[in-house]
Amino acid sequence: MTDAVIQPTPASATPEGGHLLEIRDLHVEFRTHEGVAKVINGVSYHLNAGETLAVLGESGSGKSVTAQAIMGILDTPPAHIRSGQILYQGRDLLTQSEEQRRQVRGKEIAMIFQDALSALNPVFPVGWQIAETLRTREGMSRADARRRAIELMDLVKIPAAERRIGDYPHQFSGGMRQRVMIAMALALNPKVLIADEPTTALDVTVQAQIMDLLADLRRDLGMAMILITHDLGVVAGVADRIAVMYAGRIVEHADVRSLYRAPAHPYTKGLLESIPRLDVRGQELATIKGLPPNLMRIPSGCPFHPRCPYVQQVCVDEVPHDLVLGDGRTSACHFAQEVRDDSAR
Amino acid sequence: MFRYILRRLLQMVLAFFGTTLIVYALMFAGQGDPIQALAGERPVTAAQRAYLTEKYHLDATGVGGFFYRYFDYVRSLLQGDLGQSLTGRQIGDILQQAWPVTVKLALIALAVAVIFGVTAGVIAGIRRAGIFDNSTLVLTLLVLGIPTIVLAPLAQYFLGVKWQLFPPTAGAEPDFYALLLPGIVLGSLSLATALRLTRTSVAENLRADYVRTARSKGLLKRRIVSVHVLRNSLIPVVTFLGVELGNLMSGAIITEGVFNIPGVGFNLFRGIRTEDGPLVVGIVSVLVVVYLVSNLLVDVLYAVLDPRIRYE
Repeated sequence: MTDAVIQPTPASATPEGGHLLEIRDLHVEFRTHEGVAKVINGVSYHLNAGETLAVLGESGSGKSVTAQAIMGILDTPPAHIRSGQILYQGRDLLTQSEEQRRQVRGKEIAMIFQDALSALNPVFPVGWQIAETLRTREGMSRADARRRAIELMDLVKIPAAERRIGDYPHQFSGGMRQRVMIAMALALNPKVLIADEPTTALDVTVQAQIMDLLADLRRDLGMAMILITHDLGVVAGVADRIAVMYAGRIVEHADVRSLYRAPAHPYTKGLLESIPRLDVRGQELATIKGLPPNLMRIPSGCPFHPRCPYVQQVCVDEVPHDLVLGDGRTSACHFAQEVRDDSAR
Repeated sequence: MFRYILRRLLQMVLAFFGTTLIVYALMFAGQGDPIQALAGERPVTAAQRAYLTEKYHLDATGVGGFFYRYFDYVRSLLQGDLGQSLTGRQIGDILQQAWPVTVKLALIALAVAVIFGVTAGVIAGIRRAGIFDNSTLVLTLLVLGIPTIVLAPLAQYFLGVKWQLFPPTAGAEPDFYALLLPGIVLGSLSLATALRLTRTSVAENLRADYVRTARSKGLLKRRIVSVHVLRNSLIPVVTFLGVELGNLMSGAIITEGVFNIPGVGFNLFRGIRTEDGPLVVGIVSVLVVVYLVSNLLVDVLYAVLDPRIRYE
């Protein structure tokens, strides 16, 4: 899966040398009655046309919030974007007017959500909900939008699309509902698709089908995809690069192969070790001790230090910077080299 | 759906007999001498007494006699004959005159609740915790806290008598204007409830996941609220208003009493006060039917509004 075989749509051409989508030093906090939760603390990542980036992390690590900040659908209040840039085709979305951002939503960047049952409106037929985007955004006639909705439902492989177009979300199975979500997101041919834990609410067998579908669609339609997940197993076959998030930061960033071969951050290493392996018998499954940090009281220094087996005094005192390890890899760990060498052994 | 409606109709038959039986029993159980009650102050001759005893099967005593008379009553009821009141008027005629007045009053009250309650509820729901929201919250609490028996005379005194904005009483054949003030008073309670229900429902739905989806589709905020949120929020409100219409139709005893409106509630109240058994039982029997039918309609409407509801 290299960039060479992908035919990016002409409009997705990015400014010379730039990325299709780039997030720079994003800071987001939630201001609540109990205090200020620092949810995103300097996240930077980028996405090139036609590639798949996986954003990995536990719940509360800020992966979904970053995605919602890109879409501009954060609830403000309580969310508040303190600083940072979100560059799409070289233009900073955060400085744009609400109307300009609305134009980007769905048409340039589209998003699908974890629980398709609650993400779809329960009182409208699925075909209506797909067609709504086409009618309101493209000014399509009812009949044309309906025809296109059936095409889209065929595209995501919903059987008997023409017959099911009038059905309501609750009449579909979980997997089929997620396909409806995907069809809706694809309605305006977006250049970036953000999939926020698209398979978490589904059965394991259905999970694989949906992941395959997303991978196929991404390739066939020449989209770029941000795949948000907490499941390392989901990522391996689909993503080109992985960004691992912890406590609102990217702690490690690498291409899939090198990351799986030799993780360079203790957190990633812990995650990989907690996956059951088929080739090792009778071994107790490793876990990461402790709990994710309270975002109102993020630990000093490296936020992972209370849970880290490599912890030293420096980890408590100093926030680690991104250490560049070559091949575009970075790791925000004081001992990144050692961890990687450990893992490679 | 069809089978559900059929089953509900059968249940309604049971409910109808049950309620009429209870009301019939209550109304006549405490009565001493029904013939004397019918005649009032005047003396009753032996011939008259014999005739009436014969006619109403009063010679049959005990539980058997009671059911004998009850089935007599139901039989004529099913033939469309509600019987005569103690004042000698046909109850059917009384209802025929009273009903249109009550319906008009109920519709005014409902319109007040829908126009002001739902609109204000939507605004309060969108601007939750704002000035508008908080002031409507206090106002509705005030309205809900004041019983109609206080609110109606107050409105009558200030708006009708003192400032003379409305006619203080309605009279025999009230027009729309005469029913307006009673309608507002009657509707104010439904208004307050509808407002609170709408507000909560809108505020809740604004936070729903499907709103986030609608936003990510790039829809206008106006469309998200007026199509997606409203369609979902109004399901409980419409249900409430449906039940409420059934309540309003069955007559507002206090409001009709205070404003002297010759509607169903007014007649029912008079019947109770003068111990006019046939009149009370007659009116209540019809009210039961109205109430049951309106409830069935609400349930069917609910299924139409919310596709997730399917009756089997």
